[in-house]
Amino acid sequence: MALHLDVKRSKNVLVARLDGELDHHTAAHVRKVIEEELNHEWVTHLVLNLEKLEFMDSSGLGVILGRYKRVTQMGGKMTICSVQPPIERIMEMSGLFKILQMFQDESSAVSACGVAS
Amino acid sequence: MKPVHTNFMELCFNARSENESFARVAVAAFLSQLDPTIEDLTDIKTVVSEAVTNSVIHGYEENPEGVILIRTEIEGTKICVQITDYGLGIEDVTEARQPLYTSKPELERSGMGFTIMENFMDEVMIHSKLGEGTTIQLVKQLTPQSQQSLVN
Repeated sequence: MALHLDVKRSKNVLVARLDGELDHHTAAHVRKVIEEELNHEWVTHLVLNLEKLEFMDSSGLGVILGRYKRVTQMGGKMTICSVQPPIERIMEMSGLFKILQMFQDESSAVSACGVAS
Repeated sequence: MKPVHTNFMELCFNARSENESFARVAVAAFLSQLDPTIEDLTDIKTVVSEAVTNSVIHGYEENPEGVILIRTEIEGTKICVQITDYGLGIEDVTEARQPLYTSKPELERSGMGFTIMENFMDEVMIHSKLGEGTTIQLVKQLTPQSQQSLVN
């Protein structure tokens, strides 16, 4: 698989680190893993760390929007961090930043969720 | 006058999602002979990925027996990528091009595929016939690297 996903817990924040390429093929795996993790009782918020994400197309936007809807329904907050410039461009184009806050690094993204809780 | 450098390649493969990455990498590898900028190459990989994904999901509704054909042409510094499927075809092309429009919201599709193609390429042409299939033609004039190499 051209995408590796690492998840970790930071209090009530689920942090998912994506490494590789996020397209229609790899999106199914990302969706499944994050959805399973979001079922844990301790999870309120979600941070996506995209530092090592080298490629993303509109299928990635779909996965991000889908998780945003779920986390918002749960009453939580979702943030993203460390987005590479080409991926930021696609996000900008789709208007994603109107609903999602982006941060330079993971700790800022995690604390932004904490502030909201 | 120096003749314009021309070249082409064709690829034919099954409409499997694991081939999406193969397709964009193969097109990028072919175009690397033009010494494109990283930005141009990323744009082209993204649009190929969008078009192939459309064929897989919409053209063939994930039937892996479907066949996708890609023809990439080089004419000087202009490139043309043509992605063809023999699937269902698009009912309403104008609607399909609308940003955020998707016929499959249940699959978490963002509806941004054609918008990304139009933003990243100079020309996007869609030829589609119901029951016969779809061809997407993408044209881009590559950014010359020359200014940089003249300085060095």
